[in-house]
Amino acid sequence: MELETAAVGKSFPPFEYEVGREKIREYAIALGFDDPIYLDPGAAREAGFRNVVAPPMFCVVYSAGAMAPAIFDPEVGMDFARMVHGAQSFDWSEPVCSGDLITTTASCASIEERDGKGFYVFESVSVNGEGAETVRGTWTNIVRGE
Amino acid sequence: MSAPAAEGDAIPGLTVTPDRYLPVRYAGASGDFNPIHVDPEFARSVGLPGAILHGLYMMGLVSRAATDFADGDPRRLESLSVQFRGMGFPEEEISITGSVTSADGDRVELDLVATQGDREVIRNSTATVRA
Repeated sequence: MELETAAVGKSFPPFEYEVGREKIREYAIALGFDDPIYLDPGAAREAGFRNVVAPPMFCVVYSAGAMAPAIFDPEVGMDFARMVHGAQSFDWSEPVCSGDLITTTASCASIEERDGKGFYVFESVSVNGEGAETVRGTWTNIVRGE
Repeated sequence: MSAPAAEGDAIPGLTVTPDRYLPVRYAGASGDFNPIHVDPEFARSVGLPGAILHGLYMMGLVSRAATDFADGDPRRLESLSVQFRGMGFPEEEISITGSVTSADGDRVELDLVATQGDREVIRNSTATVRA
């Protein structure tokens, strides 16, 4: 399969997300995180957080708006009919709490062929209002050959 | 992680049976409304047996097992990496199991897997937990 690799290295516009208490609650409950640090500001402060804290994987919620333009970019040119989300990794730093304003920037890290499949790897970096990194993500989408 | 972790220790893990509407609630919580997750009829029209679970939902469950291992402290989950394998389905028990692959005093590495029946839905998953 011939892969177009012009988008490798391309960076996409930063996306801002304001983290809200009820959004954290909705996410925590869907995943079964029932510790009061995710739900109750008092319990969260007692545990040393500024406000209710987001489960680490909440990063997918605040990163999504940065990832969509990267994944759907015509220059990247993924064929969605044959695409699967193959792998994912996150490295967390500063915790994210209700009230935080998170800015995420996505880029296309690599486009490579292996075993007749296209591997499209994107990276994301998210920082809070103080400029501290909250998470760094590596998103791997795999497109089957025809 | 009340007692020091040692290589080879099994972690407590967890089991969850997502109900039929879980993918709808996860879609609302995450913003991912891909119809293969929320519309069984659409999913069948593209050759799937029915609505399938979001991969990132299953990764979220793996993160919960890793956070539980870290005494429930989300600050101690340093990294998590997964490979998505089979499809996961609602109304079928998901089991997250794992073990300690290394422990050096500062950090504990975990190897985790998510299974549904005899299918591995997430494998080669590694988590790093700060001690």
